[in-house]
Amino acid sequence: MMHRFWAILFSLVPILGIGLYVLAAVGKGSFGGFSLSGLWLPENGNPYAVTIDHLFDLVHIICGVVLGITTSVLAYVVWRYADHPGRNNEAAQYVKHNTLLEWIWTAIPAAILIFLGFYQLQVWADNKMNRPTEMVDGHKQAIEPMALVVGKQFGWEVYYPGTDGRLGTSDDQRIENELTVPVGKPVVLRVEAQDVLHSFSIPGLRVKQDVVPGMTQLVWFQVDKPGTYEILCMELCGWGHYKMRARMKAVSTTSEATTGTEQVASPPSLSQEGGEN
Amino acid sequence: MIGIQFLISSLIWFLIGGLMAAAMRWQLAWPWSDMPILGSWLFEGEGGQISPEYYTMLVTMHGSVMVFFVVIPILAGAFGNYLIPLMIGADDMAFPKLNMLSYWFMWPAFVCMMLSFAAPGFGPAAGWTSYPPLAVLEEAAPGSGLAQTLWLGGLTCVGISSMMGSINYITTIVQMRAPGMTFFRLPMTIWAMLITAILQAFALPVLTAAVLMQIADRLLGTCFFIPEGLMVADALPKSGGGQALLWQHLFWFYSHPAVYIMLLPAMGMASDILSSMSRKPLFGYRPMVYSMLSIAGLGFIVWGHHMFVSGMQPLVGAAFMLTTILIALPSGIKTFNWLATLWGGRLQLTTGMLFCLGFIAMFVIGGLSGVLMAVAAVTIFLHDTYYIVAHFHYVLFGGTSLIVIGSIYHWYPKMFGRMMSETLGKFHFFTTFVLINCVFFPMHFLGAQGLPRRYADFTHTDSFVHLQPINEFITYSAFALVGVQVVFILNFFGSMLFGRRAGNNPWRANTLEWVAPSPPPHGNFLAPLEVHRGPYEYSVPGRAQDYWMQTDSELSNG
Repeated sequence: MMHRFWAILFSLVPILGIGLYVLAAVGKGSFGGFSLSGLWLPENGNPYAVTIDHLFDLVHIICGVVLGITTSVLAYVVWRYADHPGRNNEAAQYVKHNTLLEWIWTAIPAAILIFLGFYQLQVWADNKMNRPTEMVDGHKQAIEPMALVVGKQFGWEVYYPGTDGRLGTSDDQRIENELTVPVGKPVVLRVEAQDVLHSFSIPGLRVKQDVVPGMTQLVWFQVDKPGTYEILCMELCGWGHYKMRARMKAVSTTSEATTGTEQVASPPSLSQEGGEN
Repeated sequence: MIGIQFLISSLIWFLIGGLMAAAMRWQLAWPWSDMPILGSWLFEGEGGQISPEYYTMLVTMHGSVMVFFVVIPILAGAFGNYLIPLMIGADDMAFPKLNMLSYWFMWPAFVCMMLSFAAPGFGPAAGWTSYPPLAVLEEAAPGSGLAQTLWLGGLTCVGISSMMGSINYITTIVQMRAPGMTFFRLPMTIWAMLITAILQAFALPVLTAAVLMQIADRLLGTCFFIPEGLMVADALPKSGGGQALLWQHLFWFYSHPAVYIMLLPAMGMASDILSSMSRKPLFGYRPMVYSMLSIAGLGFIVWGHHMFVSGMQPLVGAAFMLTTILIALPSGIKTFNWLATLWGGRLQLTTGMLFCLGFIAMFVIGGLSGVLMAVAAVTIFLHDTYYIVAHFHYVLFGGTSLIVIGSIYHWYPKMFGRMMSETLGKFHFFTTFVLINCVFFPMHFLGAQGLPRRYADFTHTDSFVHLQPINEFITYSAFALVGVQVVFILNFFGSMLFGRRAGNNPWRANTLEWVAPSPPPHGNFLAPLEVHRGPYEYSVPGRAQDYWMQTDSELSNG
C-alpha cells in the first residue's frame, strides 16, 4: 500500500503548510522545540504602513485558500487514482479537454489577481508617491526633509540642518549612525549614497528604499510610540554589509530631535564593533 | 552525445554549488566558528573561519554557479540537446558542429570561474546580479578586481554557448520534424524548448551588451554605470556621468526572462511525464501551449519587479506590478491542467512520477509566494529578505531541480540502456522532498521578520537574535539534504553497471524517443519514421493497449 504512504506525504503539504502559517500568524504554539511566537511581521510603529500589513495578511489568506485547494486535490488524486496491485482494472479516463473548466479556472484567478493589483495601488502610492503634506499659511505644502541620511561602506551618516533650517549648507550638523525623529508627526528624510548601492531599511516601520549613488530620494513615515528602531542596510554593499546599521530614536518632544548632535566625527557606535572579524 | 556531456558537467557543478550553500549555512548557524574538515585547509590565514569577504564570495558564486552552470545548461544543454532530435524524429541536431561548439564554449567559462576563486580577494563578491558601482570599482570590494573581470568573461562565454544552442534548437525544431509531426503533435517538452530558445535568442544579446559595458567600465575607463562624484573608501571622487540603475534594467531585462528559461523546459518535461505516467491524455493541450506562449510574452515586460524599491520611478513600478501580477495567471492555468490530467488517471508512481508530483506541490508554494511579492506595496517590506530566498528556491530548487532529477530517472533508461534502482530512487525522493521543505519553508518566517539576505551574521543584530534556533535547524537540514544526494550519485553510476536492462520503451510511452533503441545509436532511429497522431493518446477506449505510439500505423482501434 505504498501509494497510501505517498498520498499521506503529499497531504502534509496543505496540512503543515497552512497549519504552520496559521500558528505563526496568531503567534502561538511551538514546533519541535522552536517557539512559533515572534515569527510573523514585527510590530509596526508606522501608521502609513498599517495598510502594508493588511495587504500582507489579505494576500496570505487568498494564497492559503488556493494552496489548500490545489495541494489537497494533489494528495487526493494520489490516494484515489494511483495504480497498485489491489486496484481493479478500470482504465484511465480518455478525457482531453473541457472548455468550460478552462474558462472557469482562467476567469476566477484573473478576477482575483486584477482585484489585488488595483486594490494595492493606493498603498503603494501612499508609501512611495504621495509625500505627506502640512498646512503652511493656509495652504497645503509637501513637508521638507528634516534630515539627510547618507549611506557609505559601512555605516550611515546623518546630517541635520543647522540654525538656518536648510540642508546642504555649511552649518549642517553631522552624526554617525544615530538618527533622532519626533514621535507622532510625519517624518520626511532625504536619503543618498556616497559610494555604492545601499538600502535604507527599518523593518519595524516597513520602510525600505535603495539608495543609489548619484540619485536623491525621499522616504517618509511616522512613528507613533517613543522607542529605538534599527536602521539596516538591505542591499549588498560589500563585505561589511551585515554590520552596516544605525539606531533610530523616536522621542516624544520635537525639541529633542536635534539636541545631542554636534560636529561629531565618529562616536564609537554599533557599526564599529566586530570590525575585526 | 553532447546532451550527456552537458548533463554530467552540470551535475558536477550542482554538487559544487550545493557544497557552497552548505558552507554558507555553516556560517549562518554558527557564525565565525571553525569550519570542520575543510576549514583548516581553505582558511588557514583566518584560523579555519569563514571571513565576511569569503562569505560574500560564496553568496555570489553559489548563485552564479547554480543559475549559469547548472539550471540553464542542464535544461537546454542537456535535456534540450538530448530530447529534441529524439522527440521530433530527427537523426541529429540541425548543426552538429555548432552544437559541439556550444558545449566547448562552456569550458572557457568553467576555467574563468575557477580562476576567479584564485584571484586576489577570494573571488567575485558583488552578488550574482553584480550591481555596480560595487562590482565595477576595485576599491569597493576586495573581489571587485581581477576576479570580477574573470567572472564577467565567464558569463560572456556562457552567453555565447547559450546563443549557439538556441539557434540550433529553433532551426532543428522548425526544420527537422519527421513527416506527419505537425506543430500541434509536438510533445510539450518540445514546445517548451522552442519557446525557451526563442526567449534566449531575444533576451541574451541585452545581457551580453551589458556585460561588455561593465567590462569596458572596468578595463577601458568608460563610465556607463559610474555616476559623478563617488567617494569610495576615502579615495578621491571619481569622474562619472553614468547611471547605476542602467545596469539593473539591462541585467533584469535578460534575467527575468531567464527565470522562465529556467522554468518552461521543466514544465514541458513535467507535462510529458505526468501524462504518460497517468496513462491519460494531457488535459488541455492547446491551453497549455498558449499559456506557455503568454508566459514568454509577459516575461519580457515584468523585469521591473526586481526593482520596486531600487529608486526607479514609483509610477513605473506600479505599471510593472500590474504586468507581474498577470503572469501568475498562465502559471496557474498550467497547474490546474496538470491536476486535471491526473484526475481519473491510473497513476504509475515511479520515481520520475513522484518527483513530478512533488514538483507540483513545491511549484504551487513558490508560485503563490510570488503573488505576494508581485504586490509592490508588500515588497517594500519583503524586498531582499529571506522571503525572497524562500520564494526562488521553491521555484528553482523545489520546482525546476525536482523535475531535472525526475527527468533523469525517467529518461535514464533511454540514455544508458539500463533502469535505475526504484528502491533507492524512492528513498531519494522521500528524503529530498522532506528536507527541501525543512530547509526552505522556515525561511518564509525568517522573511516575515524582515531578516535580510546576504548577511554573514545575524547574531550581530538585535532584531534577529531570537531567530538563531531556526537558522541552526535550517543548517542541519541543509547538510542532510546535501548528504542524501550521495544516494542519487550511487544510483546514477551504479545503475550504469548493474541496472536491469531497459527495452526500447520501458514506460510504455507514446513519444518518438521510445521508438529508438536504448541507448540510441548514431542517427538515433533504425528506420525512417512517420507520425500519425498526437503524443498523448493514452487509454484510448476500445484498444487492448493503454498506449498508442505516435508512429503506430494501424488506423483502426486494434
